[in-house]
Amino acid sequence: MTITAGHAADASAEPTYPMPRGCPFDPPAELAQLRAEKPISRVRIWDGSSPWLVTRYDDVRSLLADRRVSSDAYRPGYPAQSPGILARRRNSTSFITMDDPEHARYRKMVISDFTVRRTESLRPLITKIVDDLLDEMERGPRPTDLVEAFALPLPSMVICQMLGVPYKDHDFFQMHSRAILDITMDPAETVRASDELRDYLTGLMAEKEAEPTDDILGRLAQRYVLTGELSRDDAVSMALLLLVAGHETTANMIGFGTLTLLQNPEQAAEVRDGDPAVVNRAVEELLRLLTVVHTGRRRVALDDIEIGGVTIRAGEGIIAATESANRDAAAFPAPDELDIHRESNHHLAFGFGVHQCLGQPLARLELQIAYPALLRRFPELRVAVPVDDIRYRDKMVVYGVQALPVSW
Amino acid sequence: MKITVDRDRCIGAGQCVLNAPELFDQDDEGTVVVLEEQPTPDQEPAARAAEHACPARVITLV
Repeated sequence: MTITAGHAADASAEPTYPMPRGCPFDPPAELAQLRAEKPISRVRIWDGSSPWLVTRYDDVRSLLADRRVSSDAYRPGYPAQSPGILARRRNSTSFITMDDPEHARYRKMVISDFTVRRTESLRPLITKIVDDLLDEMERGPRPTDLVEAFALPLPSMVICQMLGVPYKDHDFFQMHSRAILDITMDPAETVRASDELRDYLTGLMAEKEAEPTDDILGRLAQRYVLTGELSRDDAVSMALLLLVAGHETTANMIGFGTLTLLQNPEQAAEVRDGDPAVVNRAVEELLRLLTVVHTGRRRVALDDIEIGGVTIRAGEGIIAATESANRDAAAFPAPDELDIHRESNHHLAFGFGVHQCLGQPLARLELQIAYPALLRRFPELRVAVPVDDIRYRDKMVVYGVQALPVSW
Repeated sequence: MKITVDRDRCIGAGQCVLNAPELFDQDDEGTVVVLEEQPTPDQEPAARAAEHACPARVITLV
């Protein structure tokens, strides 16, 4: 009781999270201040609760790998990003918000399609898609929006092919993906978008149960749904997760990453030259610097956890701010600078712990192919508007540019 | 140096393969496979990078 009262008295001093950005290329400056002064501190979120915000690299890593934290969005204290996201997490519960052993059981059903080797076998397919999109862009008008012409269709086409979702329906699922990732969206609207996507994927799963197809959803249907190991509803939740995560994240890395490279022309020139070792490091560096999943990883403590001189009590919410950890000078010298030759770049852009991104080999491969191919095709590529006119995705779970008009 | 792994807790993120492809692979289910239990001195930095990068912390170096 005393703790609650004391805490309430302090509440006005708690910063609101997420804070607005100052410079669109950098996380909010308040995060740097918290890292220096109060690396684990309470923040106020939309629902009036005060979860712990963890801002240093070592602490973020250690908490995300800690088996005493839960990702379960149904648990009291879970600090959701927005009312809409919370409603959608509960409307379509996938393994991203489950704990082990359930999480591991579901994740294992799809992991074989995302191993490093399996992903590498997609290189010819991805290269072909990239080349075709660039051909089309070259034939089209100038200036053009890089997001619409390249950044979004590339990962959409790849994930559609892998899942067995018809790309012709891309307007439908891209629009709904945007709706469910918008933290300002009314919860009823978020749930409606989620329901419509679920209806669409339910129909697709039914077809794949009736007729086997050689793709991820086809294999889920045949191996797990028809054998009774997985309900069709759960399969649809997994399909929705993979579809949305599979194109929004990479699309924003391509758009925002290209803008960042164009502002660093010497480093862009090295990426254009295409030495694989340089390109691979450049991709890691862009992943670190931009951290497009920019509003932390959400957890709730299962037990009391002592960390950094603070006790996080069982049941309290935790926001592990990977966007801050990736700018921690203790882990990355000159953290706010793009350095495509950075070594030992163990960034947390894909998260950490058992929930670390399942599709990361795919994201890496797409980016490793996309950046140099784009810069080689259009050596004179440039942003076609004043940089100050570019609009950013401040209200989205996945950050990036809303559009990127380019010419060449 | 000797590498041991807890395959039961592996989540198949593939970080070990990216950091030390000579020492680690994944089986068809994505689970870690140790290719070389005793890395040469040259391979030890890669082994350490893999241990550091493993998100499920299932790699132990002794």
